[in-house]
Amino acid sequence: MNKHFLGDTAVLLGRSLRHITRSPDTIITTAIMPIAFMLLFVYVFGGAIETGSDSYVNYLLPGILLITIASGISYTAYRLFLDMQGGIFERFQSMPIARSSVLWAHVLTSLVANLISLVVVVLVALLMGFRTGAGLLGWLAVAGILVLFTLALTWIAVIPGLTAKSVDGASAFSYPIIFLPFISSAFVPTDTMPGPVRAFAENQPVTSIVNAIRDLFTQQPVGTDIWTALAWCAGILVLAYLFANLTYRRKIS
Amino acid sequence: MLAAMSIPPTPDQVEQAVIHVHGLEKSFKQLKVLRGVDIDVARGTIFALLGSNGAGKTTVVKILSTLLKADAGTARVNGFDVAAQAADVRESISLTGQFAAVDEILTGRENLVLVARLRHLRNPGAVADDLLRRFSLTQAGTRRVATYSGGMRRRLDIAMSLIGNPPVIFLDEPTTGLDPEARIEVWQAVKELAKGGTTVLLTTQYLDEAEHLADRIAILHEGRIIVNGTLNELKQLLPPAEVEYVEKQPTLEDVFLTLVGARTDKEQR
Repeated sequence: MNKHFLGDTAVLLGRSLRHITRSPDTIITTAIMPIAFMLLFVYVFGGAIETGSDSYVNYLLPGILLITIASGISYTAYRLFLDMQGGIFERFQSMPIARSSVLWAHVLTSLVANLISLVVVVLVALLMGFRTGAGLLGWLAVAGILVLFTLALTWIAVIPGLTAKSVDGASAFSYPIIFLPFISSAFVPTDTMPGPVRAFAENQPVTSIVNAIRDLFTQQPVGTDIWTALAWCAGILVLAYLFANLTYRRKIS
Repeated sequence: MLAAMSIPPTPDQVEQAVIHVHGLEKSFKQLKVLRGVDIDVARGTIFALLGSNGAGKTTVVKILSTLLKADAGTARVNGFDVAAQAADVRESISLTGQFAAVDEILTGRENLVLVARLRHLRNPGAVADDLLRRFSLTQAGTRRVATYSGGMRRRLDIAMSLIGNPPVIFLDEPTTGLDPEARIEVWQAVKELAKGGTTVLLTTQYLDEAEHLADRIAILHEGRIIVNGTLNELKQLLPPAEVEYVEKQPTLEDVFLTLVGARTDKEQR
């Protein structure tokens, strides 16, 4: 590893974070859609949905948190794409810096921005009546899963950020990911879904992650769901990381 | 007079060349952009790479600044091979690309501090303030770059390239898209650089820019250097100016004056 990796990453992280503090709208727009979904599902559809849980907002929040991350990472692709377009990327690449720090700065910025958005969404959920008896350990476990999920999706976002030809192309990849929670246990229990849909819903990553977070919030024993969830996150993270770095190396040499 | 005359580079000078390019080739898919480019640039000089759009000037610069890999040939910058010693090359150079590589959201000063930090300098703030002063940007230093004019942006861009005093600077079409006033500002900055001993390789499609700035000029055409020399040498490639007699067709004015004749002649006197 280059001896300047940590220092260069810190400098570039400072730059990206400054971008966020100067246009906080990216955090607000990231949080708005999940909040709108939450309002819609709790106050419009929620009354008609049978979840077996006493409060629908309690049931819904884990899925909403994942949607928040899925919409937040599109800004990572967007910011990376702008750097590529603007010429500053080439300046960095022609300088004596650790080259991987350019990507890591964007990834860590994504983590910070998404964590802020998540806090905003949780605060709104609390206003809407979300309650949990989870202790510090439970919250830490939830935070750990969300951080892992954010990192996994962020490394996916790096790929279109590096390869996209237009701004729209850079962020369009996130729509299917935002949609994925709808075909999972995030909004409704999977039992009522017809066979093939149910099979998909129960075996895609979102369901296990949502179930694990839900169990942590309701202080239920987490069972195997948390291991499935962690395996999904780690698997996606490793694959996306390798593929993103391959794309990056191809781009810069 | 002798000093002003052009002297072709001696083998000794070629050895000392801070930029040495030999037989450089590069293709993009089927398109052969460079078909064997040879360049030598002596230390402390301004070298202009001239060519029309698509001639491959940017490709040469990108290979020299380690952003692209050549298919064949060798290129050494400041004694380091661009392929095998890319990290050392990056320590020795600065690139000012075709598009101003500045961060629009940061202020001018923050841009300079950013680059100074990435070059691992001791005192980034002082470096930034000094450059702001040298490039008449002190007033604008605290404003976001998004509010800058094209000329100011380019000046900041070049100022960012000077940080850490790299011995070699690449300027890829530094004045494209600038108004005449901003062009002159950039020219001044480039001249000062060379005065300080920096080697500058610039690409341009403006002939007057090369004429104005460069110690040596090379013309890149269809992937090869077709001429390379000082301005005087290049001028000598064409036959010297000579006096020619050209048959002149009468204008309507001549016809009119002839027809109206002497009377008008007299009145005019």
